[in-house]
Amino acid sequence: MTWMAWTPVTAAFFSCIILTLIGMGIWQSVSPTVPRRGFLPLETTRGDRLFISLLGAAYIHLGWLAFTDAALWIGSIIALVWLLVVMRWG
Amino acid sequence: MNKITNNKAWFLVLPVFFIVAISAIIPLMTVVNYSVQDIFDPQTRFFVGTEWFEQVLADRRLHDALVRQIVFTLSVLFIEIPLGIAVALTLPRKGWGVSASMVLLALPLLIPWNVVGTIWQIFGRADIGLGGYVINLMGIDYNYSQNPMDAWVTVLVMDVWHWTSLIVLLCYAGLRSIPDAYYQAAKIDGASRWAIFRFIQLPKMQSVLVIGVLLRFMDSFMIYTEPFVLTGGGPGTATTFLSQFLVTIAVGQFDLGPAAAFSLIYFLIILLVCWVFYTVVMNAGKREEQ
Repeated sequence: MTWMAWTPVTAAFFSCIILTLIGMGIWQSVSPTVPRRGFLPLETTRGDRLFISLLGAAYIHLGWLAFTDAALWIGSIIALVWLLVVMRWG
Repeated sequence: MNKITNNKAWFLVLPVFFIVAISAIIPLMTVVNYSVQDIFDPQTRFFVGTEWFEQVLADRRLHDALVRQIVFTLSVLFIEIPLGIAVALTLPRKGWGVSASMVLLALPLLIPWNVVGTIWQIFGRADIGLGGYVINLMGIDYNYSQNPMDAWVTVLVMDVWHWTSLIVLLCYAGLRSIPDAYYQAAKIDGASRWAIFRFIQLPKMQSVLVIGVLLRFMDSFMIYTEPFVLTGGGPGTATTFLSQFLVTIAVGQFDLGPAAAFSLIYFLIILLVCWVFYTVVMNAGKREEQ
């Protein structure tokens, strides 16, 4: 695995992603998702909302790096809030 | 409704999962790892956090390449999609003409990309190329290796020549799947040619057009070989698109960290556009069904 040049930060990042996917899989098998309409302009399932929130979180981080010099963790908190809002009310 | 579930079927998906893991997921993870480090060799590497992302996002050359790329991709789509539909509508529906036109249309698709670049490089040359020579004979000063506009037009025309066939073939397949009954009904109703196209042919072509537009979007957004062979990104940087800029960073300068950061941004752009497009079109399809 040395050739993949792992770092603790990226390892933690991918572990979180994998754990989220496994968690979502278990959640789906326990109580299957029902497509619904929230504030997003389309009908979404739980998986859709996760995808949208993760993609949005990536763009929030990129925007943060591109347009401000402030600390990145503030952007991360905004991304986390966005993730929770989309998952709950999206 | 009693749904039969058999989870053993998931085992049949495992081989595909492994192939995708090896060919896509693991390399992508490696790129993410590279993007946060300064790598000199496998043993000598330093964690730099988001430095490469900041550097790449502030790079003017990247902004210029991105604008060029967007203009190019939009031009390609605006030319190839309507042209492809128009050609597909005029193709014969039976007889020997069907096979003849299929073979002719498939020819550009069978030519390797670097060969397409070489063909157009020679074809466009003012001294020995048929195309370039004839254009100059007509009194137009054309030289794709010196004039940025000429280079742009040549790259665009080359792409249209290479890929419109794909849209034609996809649309033709969509058109062929429409039963004759639809046309007969339209005839009885006295529908105009436009109405037939708008309410019968276009909706039936929708799913193949989605695939066609997505394929053309992704392909043209990642275009590398043809412009590289034809113009080498020149004159100057006039036809340097994103992937060529990326290769310059990764292979030319061997800046693996910035190249990895740039790749991820590139990936996110493609992911977003494809998702938005797919969602919009699929939702439009659902609304139409309702």
